[in-house]
Amino acid sequence: MSATNLSVASPPSRRRLSFEWLGVTPFIIFAVMFLILPTLYLVGAAFVGRDGQFTFENIAGLFTDQIIAAYWISIRISGASAIIGALVGLAVALAIIRGRLPAGLRSAVMTFSGVASNFAGVPLAFAFISTLGRLGLVTIILKTVFDIDLYKAGFNLLSFWGLTLTYLYFQIPLMILIIAPAIDGLKKEWSEAASTLGATPWQFWRYIGLPILWPSFLGTLSLLFANAFGAIATAYALTGSSLNIVPILLYAQIRGDALQNPGLGAALALGMILITAVANIIYLVISARAERWMK
Amino acid sequence: MASEFLRVDNLTKSFGTNTVVKGVSFAFEKGEFISLLGPSGCGKTTILRMIAGFENPTSGSITVDGNDITHLKPNQRQLGMVFQAYALFPNLNVGDNIGFGLKIAGMPTEERRARVADMLKLIGLPGFEKRYPYEMSGGQQQRVALARAIAPRPRMLLLDEPLSALDAKIRVSLREEIRAIQLDLGITTVFVTHDQEEALSISDRIVVMNAGNIEQLGAPHEIYNKPATRFVATFVGQLNTIEAVVSDVAAKKVTIDGQTVSLHTLPDNAKAGAGISLTLRPEVLTVGARADNDISLTGTISDVTFLGSVIRLRVALGTNIVSLDTFNDQRTAPPVRGEPVTISLASKDLLVLAA
Amino acid sequence: MKGNRFWAWLVFGIGAAYFLVPLIATFEFSLRMRRGYYSFDSYASVFSDPRFQATFGYSVVIGILAIIVGILVVVPAVYFVRLRMPWLRPFVEFLTLMPLIIPAIILVYGYIRLYNSSSIIPFTGSALGTDILLTCAYVTLALPYMYRAVDTGMRTIDVQTLTEAAQIAGAKTPQIIGRIILPNILVAVLSGAFLTFAIVIGEFTIASLLNRPAFGPYLQNIGANRAYEPAALAIISFIITWGAMGMINVLGRFAPRTSARTD
Repeated sequence: MSATNLSVASPPSRRRLSFEWLGVTPFIIFAVMFLILPTLYLVGAAFVGRDGQFTFENIAGLFTDQIIAAYWISIRISGASAIIGALVGLAVALAIIRGRLPAGLRSAVMTFSGVASNFAGVPLAFAFISTLGRLGLVTIILKTVFDIDLYKAGFNLLSFWGLTLTYLYFQIPLMILIIAPAIDGLKKEWSEAASTLGATPWQFWRYIGLPILWPSFLGTLSLLFANAFGAIATAYALTGSSLNIVPILLYAQIRGDALQNPGLGAALALGMILITAVANIIYLVISARAERWMK
Repeated sequence: MASEFLRVDNLTKSFGTNTVVKGVSFAFEKGEFISLLGPSGCGKTTILRMIAGFENPTSGSITVDGNDITHLKPNQRQLGMVFQAYALFPNLNVGDNIGFGLKIAGMPTEERRARVADMLKLIGLPGFEKRYPYEMSGGQQQRVALARAIAPRPRMLLLDEPLSALDAKIRVSLREEIRAIQLDLGITTVFVTHDQEEALSISDRIVVMNAGNIEQLGAPHEIYNKPATRFVATFVGQLNTIEAVVSDVAAKKVTIDGQTVSLHTLPDNAKAGAGISLTLRPEVLTVGARADNDISLTGTISDVTFLGSVIRLRVALGTNIVSLDTFNDQRTAPPVRGEPVTISLASKDLLVLAA
Repeated sequence: MKGNRFWAWLVFGIGAAYFLVPLIATFEFSLRMRRGYYSFDSYASVFSDPRFQATFGYSVVIGILAIIVGILVVVPAVYFVRLRMPWLRPFVEFLTLMPLIIPAIILVYGYIRLYNSSSIIPFTGSALGTDILLTCAYVTLALPYMYRAVDTGMRTIDVQTLTEAAQIAGAKTPQIIGRIILPNILVAVLSGAFLTFAIVIGEFTIASLLNRPAFGPYLQNIGANRAYEPAALAIISFIITWGAMGMINVLGRFAPRTSARTD
């Protein structure tokens, strides 16, 4: 097969070669038009002023109290929901796969995770308003039955913890879906071998199980971070534009483009790209070191 | 010696309504190499896993060196185990794999390093400490797995089909190596296999199992030469079965495809005209006559398989077809299909079973 | 070993509570429209709203278009990369992962700036152009999932051998893809399609910023203006998502199994 590919001179091979490019070209054009160019355009636009000249003004414009606060709360919410989501997701996945629970439970949880991880956006916000909003079922039950007033105790669905709790609804299932194959990859013999060598279950997880899962865990963590960092629909439907997180800021900026500064919008976008990129670079560096034992 | 080291008493294991081990008992001495041999599903692996502590027996007990270990957790049993698929920890290098049990036991780093180096020398892979499992061949990985199992000096070594995943050549060389190391350390070893050749070549004693029961327990030559049951006879080694008809009970004569021969013995209930089965190993048959062979049969060569040093023939005596091996003689042409042939055997080598 | 199972049940129980309580609460809330007793009034109100029908229909159409375009773009690319251009693979995989890393809001912002009415490709200059752009945006959003589904499907059936067998039998490349490969990866492609549908149907950000009358912006609008209908819509959306995922599960039973399955 490779031999026919190498002999480019013969006509039939050349035709096949062009077929190959014909097959891949739509994909490449698509990726360039709808992924690469828009991203690069924004990166470039972040350095162009109103007068069309190169400038750092837009970047400098990010350093206002409001925008820095927005980035900070976005990073905190994304970080918290990613870390908690990853840990809880890992625990649930371990429980259903390695916890000797009834077999049917696993497929039920996996199916539900597929649904819940896609149940993001506006409807999710509605669900949490119905649950933990001021008139939500849980809020009311806690108040009438247990005499606990969540909102008097300082809880607010439109806050850091409220939004984090809401985001977990799609973060945890996403973690379960991605980490489950990695846990399946842990061979039963590894824990058996460890136990015949005198290791307790905890020692097995400490030295073998968790180190093997570590790269997958980190990879999913950075994915969860990006997932939450770019999420806007849930937050917007929950809070309108009252909560000051970066995607909502950018959303407002885009809607009001005519009045506001397009360069600043591009700079906001550049900041988001950089932060998700950094999260992924951290993952790549750590996992490259953790995966030195893999092919 | 002569003291009992491993004792399994009336061991039973059921999964739901399915009983896979049915009241098995045996006892072995210190330093013995024991094989559990049988087809898949015979319960041999379940017994090994109960000895290791991965399965709880439904009833019965397991004693090692006088201590009842039936209800101990696997990590309290001080046994070494080698698995079919190596089961090396992929995130640890070879040195850390072999040193894992020592580290868990709290051995100081220096001592551990020395023991790991000794182990690597023992398995013929000195200096491999820093390699990772994925960088090694299957045979090398399995040797590391062996070193990991014996590094903490366990009371007993358990081998769960450790050669099944390897190439034929490495399988033979590694099996010899395992036996040499086992003899060297004098460690009592239980080896599970479905391969009768492996079991025969490596063991001090073999437990042949079928459907959760022991069929026979004995030294390899006893198992092979004096199979206690029909199952053992057919499972261990090649076996020919010849259907014959009793023609004269007093003279112990039977007819095989029209040819009448005298046997050494007949079943007690044999009646003239009744069918009986005769079984014999291929190697007791000889092409042509031989001094101490008292039975001769004629037939036609129906198939010739050239196996290198040996040529396997199938000879049709009529409806009965037997196979036999002859050595390859470079100076004469091999037998040809369709040729008439005379084969002979000694009547005392026949195993006679009522049909 | 027994303690192990206790912890597993505990973790499972807490997880189940977290995931089920909001669903129960939302359902309960959706029944509260009439004072004093439970009713399905909110659902009746939703279904009789002409905007619900219009926006839902619009999103379904855009979703189906996105699925078709997605299949046309992804299947040939995966096939040729697997078969003839494996060196392109890391690059293609990186591209398909980009939509998971770059937020949708940034992509759509780029589209708006890049393809405005005064640009060379003025997608946003007309309603039809914007519909096309929205479709392409949804293909992009679903790209990681569609690519993965198709790639897994092709790995399972061993395209290499199938292709060589078809070539020996005299088939040409378009025939091979259309008659041999596609039917064999149909289940994988359909899984990708349902996943695309689940992602697209209630999508808010892109549709809203492109000003299209889609289901997502409608949901948001209802949420801002009504009390009980949002809960009903959340339940309806959950059922739609469940339906799409359920289809994938059902299809999975018909998927060809890889012969080289290692446990």
